[in-house]
Amino acid sequence: MPAEFYYGVEVFLNGLMAGVMYSLVALGFVLIFKASGIFNYAQGIMALFAALTLVGFQEGQIPFSHLINAIFGTELHHFGWHMPAFFAILAALVIMIIFAWLVEKLILQHLVNQEPIILFMATIGLAYFMEGFGDLMWGSNVKKLDIGIPQGGNFWIEESTAFLGGPDFYGFYLDTLDIYATFIAAALVIALVIFSQYTKTGRALRAVADDHQAALSVGISLRAIWVIVWAIAGFVALVAGIMWGAKSGVQFSLSLIALKALPVLMLGGFTSIPGAIIGGLIIGVGEKMFEFLIGAPLLGGATENWFAYMVALVFLVFRPQGLFGEKIIERV
Amino acid sequence: MSMQSAQSAQGYVTADGRKIGGPVMEMENITLRFGGVTAIQDISFDILEGEIRAIIGPNGAGKSSMLNVINGFYHPQEGRILYHGEERKPLKPYQIAYQGIARTFQNIALFKGMTTLDNIMTGRLTHMKTNLLSQALWWGRAEKEEVENREIVEKIIDFLEIQTIRKTPVGRLPYGLQKRVELGRALAAEPSLLLLDEPMAGMNVEEKEDMSRFILDVNDEFGTTIALIEHDMGVVMDIADRVVVMDYGKKIGDGTPAEVRSNQAVIDAYLGVSHD
Ligand SMILES: Nc1ncnc2c1ncn2[C@@H]1O[C@H](COP(=O)(O)OP(=O)(O)O)[C@@H](O)[C@H]1O
Ligand SMILES: [Mg+2]
Repeated sequence: MPAEFYYGVEVFLNGLMAGVMYSLVALGFVLIFKASGIFNYAQGIMALFAALTLVGFQEGQIPFSHLINAIFGTELHHFGWHMPAFFAILAALVIMIIFAWLVEKLILQHLVNQEPIILFMATIGLAYFMEGFGDLMWGSNVKKLDIGIPQGGNFWIEESTAFLGGPDFYGFYLDTLDIYATFIAAALVIALVIFSQYTKTGRALRAVADDHQAALSVGISLRAIWVIVWAIAGFVALVAGIMWGAKSGVQFSLSLIALKALPVLMLGGFTSIPGAIIGGLIIGVGEKMFEFLIGAPLLGGATENWFAYMVALVFLVFRPQGLFGEKIIERV
Repeated sequence: MSMQSAQSAQGYVTADGRKIGGPVMEMENITLRFGGVTAIQDISFDILEGEIRAIIGPNGAGKSSMLNVINGFYHPQEGRILYHGEERKPLKPYQIAYQGIARTFQNIALFKGMTTLDNIMTGRLTHMKTNLLSQALWWGRAEKEEVENREIVEKIIDFLEIQTIRKTPVGRLPYGLQKRVELGRALAAEPSLLLLDEPMAGMNVEEKEDMSRFILDVNDEFGTTIALIEHDMGVVMDIADRVVVMDYGKKIGDGTPAEVRSNQAVIDAYLGVSHD
């Protein structure tokens, strides 16, 4: 095999790992959409907020210190301790659970039986609120997130694959962080699937996704389920926030990863968990391979920015329910 | 079946020897309005322990609304509801499920993407107590509970003779079998009151006979109290102990099938309204 082929394989692997991250973000959308029919515009901001909170705990930042200092003329910034990553993650998770509870209590509960567009608008409001609230709580500077996962090319993989492809090939270049992220995301997805298949709450989640009335009639409280779903979506957002934050710093642009989830959802369907996963992988691999095979040599590169949206557009035209979404049948 | 007079509020013995006890449910002067429409107008009746109580009447009479009042989907503007002798304050449907009232729906409401087994398992929810954390971590207690409840569900599957479709997503099942799975889900709750909204609607003769047999067996073997809505007069006469007749939101008859059949108001209502 020529070296070119192995470079292609390397691009494919990198695409697969990027795809896992897209899947993770898309999964957060699907969970909430299935259970409550809400397209949660705030999913990306939730990832940003979770990452901010994590860094805040790790660094021992005092929440709202800018506000406190402005009002009382103090000079507070830090508690003076550093929290180990594990405990900081747990603490951030607790915050996301409280957040889920508040969302239900303050927003969803008052919008029961409203049109989807109203609920969607509410999540837009929520997104802007959280953006400002996150800034106020933790400050708006770009933050470094480090939970101890090594970063940079993985030498071991590079060394041990260098023999492939002859003298022009130096081994696969894969980022260690990406490899970790892939395994963590995969583990999370598997855990979620097992939870939803084999526990009573998992069954209740699926039941609510299928039929609200029937769910009520067997004793499922919709409100409790919504808190759980938003908490799980918060957890997924936290994991996504950690991975993307570790890669490129915690800053506002992190919330834009949600935009990458949109084409994934077009492809996989808004109601399908396997769809979100496979859709993410297809987009991830697709955009990297397209750039490698067609974009860079023929189109002057930078096709990664629009490839996913083009695929989504094609799907919107020819298969609007996505690969796995339930077929949309208009009732007349 | 029963030739007993309907008036004995403290129970009676049916012709086939089943003992009927005191009231499980007492509806007193229930009135339910939707804007200008009065779906239920000042209706009172009771459901006694162990009996099969039917609610019949033409389309739009308010029968489904009555079941929806009983299981808390609708809250009447007027009237009292007594459950096991105690006045019930307005509750959410899921809370009423925890009180032991299970139901099926006129338009089947199953979890279509889930298997028969999973659908019936959701019926066990009110009997499962482990918390979210232990489920998430699959600690001993949660697993044990899952297994115990699974056994009960398997018994119901055997009882309803649906072993072959255990793992089939119910959305793919024919209509008649879906109705049976829905009955299974309600039975799984081991309800003290079982509500069935037109359990035989849209079935062929054979399926109707099967369903009638299951309803009678449930009542006979588990002593379950059943309130059912049915369109088919013949079926009602066969399986019900007592019958409430509704028309335009009003109660126009109440008694044994024989009494109701000879009631002039009932005859008029049924002859005066064309049926589908
Ligand atoms: N949710 C509702 N909103 C408005 N009107 C309703 C509602 N449910 C039932 N109704 C009205 O109440 C009346 C009785 O309906 P229903 O109880 O479904 O009758 P039945 O089950 O006897 O056919 C009908 O006029 C129906 O249109
Ligand atoms: Mg009806």
